[in-house]
Amino acid sequence: MKHMKNISIVLIMMLLLSAFTVPTKGANDGYKIGDVVSDFKLKNIDGNMVSLADYKEAKGFIITFTCNTCPYAVMYEDRLIALDKTYAPKGYPVIAIMPNNTSLSPGDSFEAMNERAKTKGFTFPYLIDKEQTVYSKFGAKRTPHMFVLQKTDKGNVVKYIGAIDDNYKDASAVNTKYVENAVNALLNGKEVEQKETKAIGCTIKA
Amino acid sequence: MRSSVFLAFLLVLSACNTGKHKETASDATIAVQQEASSEVNDVDLEIYDYDGFEAFLNKKDNKVHVVNFWATWCAPCVKELPYFEQLNASYADENVEVLLVSLDFPHLYESKLKPFILKNKLASKVIVLDDPDMNRWIPKVDSLWSGSIPATVIYNKHERKFFEQSFTYSELENELKSFLN
Repeated sequence: MKHMKNISIVLIMMLLLSAFTVPTKGANDGYKIGDVVSDFKLKNIDGNMVSLADYKEAKGFIITFTCNTCPYAVMYEDRLIALDKTYAPKGYPVIAIMPNNTSLSPGDSFEAMNERAKTKGFTFPYLIDKEQTVYSKFGAKRTPHMFVLQKTDKGNVVKYIGAIDDNYKDASAVNTKYVENAVNALLNGKEVEQKETKAIGCTIKA
Repeated sequence: MRSSVFLAFLLVLSACNTGKHKETASDATIAVQQEASSEVNDVDLEIYDYDGFEAFLNKKDNKVHVVNFWATWCAPCVKELPYFEQLNASYADENVEVLLVSLDFPHLYESKLKPFILKNKLASKVIVLDDPDMNRWIPKVDSLWSGSIPATVIYNKHERKFFEQSFTYSELENELKSFLN
């Protein structure tokens, strides 16, 4: 009888644990390739609110979830600027979104974002996801995490999710430029070949 | 609760620092630093690319292997490291082996990783995985891994479980126990 009781306690605990695990998994799922993204309105470092709808001329977007404090994100800053310089004139501007909870990560505060953008000379908006709702909708898991969107009649459709390229350490040693390949394919009216890639990054601080 | 553990950890870290600075004379400070750097040189890091590392995920012995992916720059990883250390110490005689796989950046091995290993007296085996082509090897570790750390694999020769999450000690111990029964 005592043994039975122990088993039932274990069972109840397992149930409780699974009850806690399932919702988090669901919330983290986010957009898949082919999904239409709902627009957002987030505050840029210059104080203005930015939405995708503001970009009337854009053919699509290179969205990056990034921050000041993750070393991987920092290693990719120059490559983000280069992407924006190349692809904004072609209709695919970079939009950077900082998803971290700034009380857990003070180095990502609005002021710190402003400073970092000035120091690096960001050519693109650097938005703060203050309510932390946008990154979870996208299903961004880490910084940096890239989403390439194509503007269509249906709305902005997700065409690529993943890393910028295949060598975080050394831009000159990169073999495959995933984001460039994706945007080039879209600009040429072709299907993106490599639609998803994985990379190590810093967990978003929620 | 978790943050208080982390705070305690920070306090311990800062306590270590102030301890060193109590050596008043500047000569003494230099001596301490030199001693520290020679200790750093004594830390032998095993560095692998993924192909070299893969064997650590596929051992066919009679042990339960707990393989944790972490880095010194990853705050939630650093917070849970003491639990892996505790697990390694408590279950060593039950054929459990903890392996800490650092994903630190190569240019910080000497200045960050080695001092961290020394300062925290890590007793579990630490190795380094340095392979920038991450999209190639992340899915080989587990098809469900999105790439964020901390991440942990627990396996024996019969079964394997993957976790892309942080652990408390009791959560970690519970997962291990399912392999021991």
